[in-house]
Amino acid sequence: MLSKKDRREAGQGYLFLLPALLVLGVFVIAPILYAVFLSFHKVELIGGATYEFRGLDNFMKVTFDDRAIIALKNTGIYVAIVVPTQTFLALVLAASLNAGLKGQKFFRIVYFLPTLTSSAVLTLIFMWMYNQNGLINYVLKFLNLPTYNWIGDPDVALIAIMIMNIWATAPFFMVIYLAALQDIPDSHYEAAELDGAGPIQKFWHITVPNLRPVTSFVVIMGLIGTFQLFDQSYIFSGGSGGPNNSTLTVVLLIYQYAFKTLGTMGYATAIAFMLAIIILVATLLQRKFSKEESLY
Amino acid sequence: MKKRTAGRKALYVILVVYAIITVIPFLWALSSSFKTLGEIVSGSINFIPKDFTLDNYKQIFTREPLFGRWLFNSLFIATVGTLLNLLFNSMAGYALARLSFPGKKSIFLMILAVLMIPFQVTLIPNFLILKEIGWLNSYQGMIIPGAVNATFIFMMRQFFINFPKEVEEAAAIDGLGRFGTFFRIVLPLAKPALAAQTIFVFMAFWNDFMRPLIILSDQDMFTLPLGLNSFKGQFISFWNYIMAASMVFTLPIIVLYAFFNRYFVKGIKFTGDK
Repeated sequence: MLSKKDRREAGQGYLFLLPALLVLGVFVIAPILYAVFLSFHKVELIGGATYEFRGLDNFMKVTFDDRAIIALKNTGIYVAIVVPTQTFLALVLAASLNAGLKGQKFFRIVYFLPTLTSSAVLTLIFMWMYNQNGLINYVLKFLNLPTYNWIGDPDVALIAIMIMNIWATAPFFMVIYLAALQDIPDSHYEAAELDGAGPIQKFWHITVPNLRPVTSFVVIMGLIGTFQLFDQSYIFSGGSGGPNNSTLTVVLLIYQYAFKTLGTMGYATAIAFMLAIIILVATLLQRKFSKEESLY
Repeated sequence: MKKRTAGRKALYVILVVYAIITVIPFLWALSSSFKTLGEIVSGSINFIPKDFTLDNYKQIFTREPLFGRWLFNSLFIATVGTLLNLLFNSMAGYALARLSFPGKKSIFLMILAVLMIPFQVTLIPNFLILKEIGWLNSYQGMIIPGAVNATFIFMMRQFFINFPKEVEEAAAIDGLGRFGTFFRIVLPLAKPALAAQTIFVFMAFWNDFMRPLIILSDQDMFTLPLGLNSFKGQFISFWNYIMAASMVFTLPIIVLYAFFNRYFVKGIKFTGDK
């Protein structure tokens, strides 16, 4: 039995938690359960919603849906290129910025601009620069490099989004690295210097291994973020995923099936679940991989 | 030490080149927002406008009567949403850190589990729930589902666990009740954690694109990202207007950042390495 004082404290505890539990209950927990239900049904939204049980059909359907396969392929390529590139770039920038140079603060503020700016604005700015006779092609021409129809050419549209997103996200991860770099004891570097290590050796043999836990975090956050690519490809292609499905991502496909075509809401939910599982597996694999590595 | 200065120069080159790469898109957008349509269409590459004009800014506020409305919607939703988050997340974090009650551990585990679910899974059911309770196209439909954030409940809990107990005990001896202590003593002392939360939550509301895209269908109710997107469709080749609107949209976040800059890195550290 709880004493009177304990009971009072328990009451206060629940009261303090009440708003959070209500919101999470109605808009997170209940929707997860609802999503499980939806993924096994064909959902029609005419007036009210009607449900027709379909078993595993929604999950099987993906294997013979060409657009789903394209979306998965695009997303996979995007993740495989963007995550390593932005992680490496963030690491190099952070290490450079941590070398005790003047103007550190200034660089930090400048680098942070893309993190502050919304994806919608960034995408519009880049679309303006990617214009056929826009700034980027102008610079390429000036450097005697080939120019592209960045937005209209299916071969380069996804690359255009990759470049934009690496540019936009690397500085954010740089700040995380920067915070961690400050925790590496100077004595490690001094010891290495005594052993005759140069700056590049110090970077590979002290900085990189010491940052392994942070790198793991950065890669996982990167994976979660890149798998969920939506805003940029939506705005870039006007919601279509074009040209010729080249910017169609899994989340854009989920959006289209849920809200743009009739009767495919349950199917869209099933794809969302599969995406969640892919993200979860990728995260777990990454964790396991980085743990094994750190044993050496 | 000659080698050392060479290395430093190389680092400076990396930093300066990357700073230029970072700034150019913004400068280009800013300069385009002050150019006339004629200059925009001519495709000339100059960062200083030949005929400097404020017309684009006047145009978007006068010729597009909804622009002011979108700005208000965004500000209203982000501000109210942020205040609710600060209050609710702190209350929940405090209870989980300081008070004892049955079921505390399972509630905490549930909140951690919620962190792992990607929001795309709950997106479609959320739409149906909001439709059912008639909250599509409404402020509450945009604000309430986002009024609590599991990440920041977790962060506040970590913060309050390390918080000295003596302060609260002193307040209790002075006769303040639990709620009085929380609002008058604990919250004011939690300012650094709240500041970090403010900027992250505000930015999430302010920059959100997908949720408004699904929840809001009336142009009146649009937030700025949606407004901008519809703007693009409407003024497809009027990049001068689009860039002016983009600049208006970016300004409030930069102001907020200038205010809370100090707490930013701290906040990243909080949410970062676990």
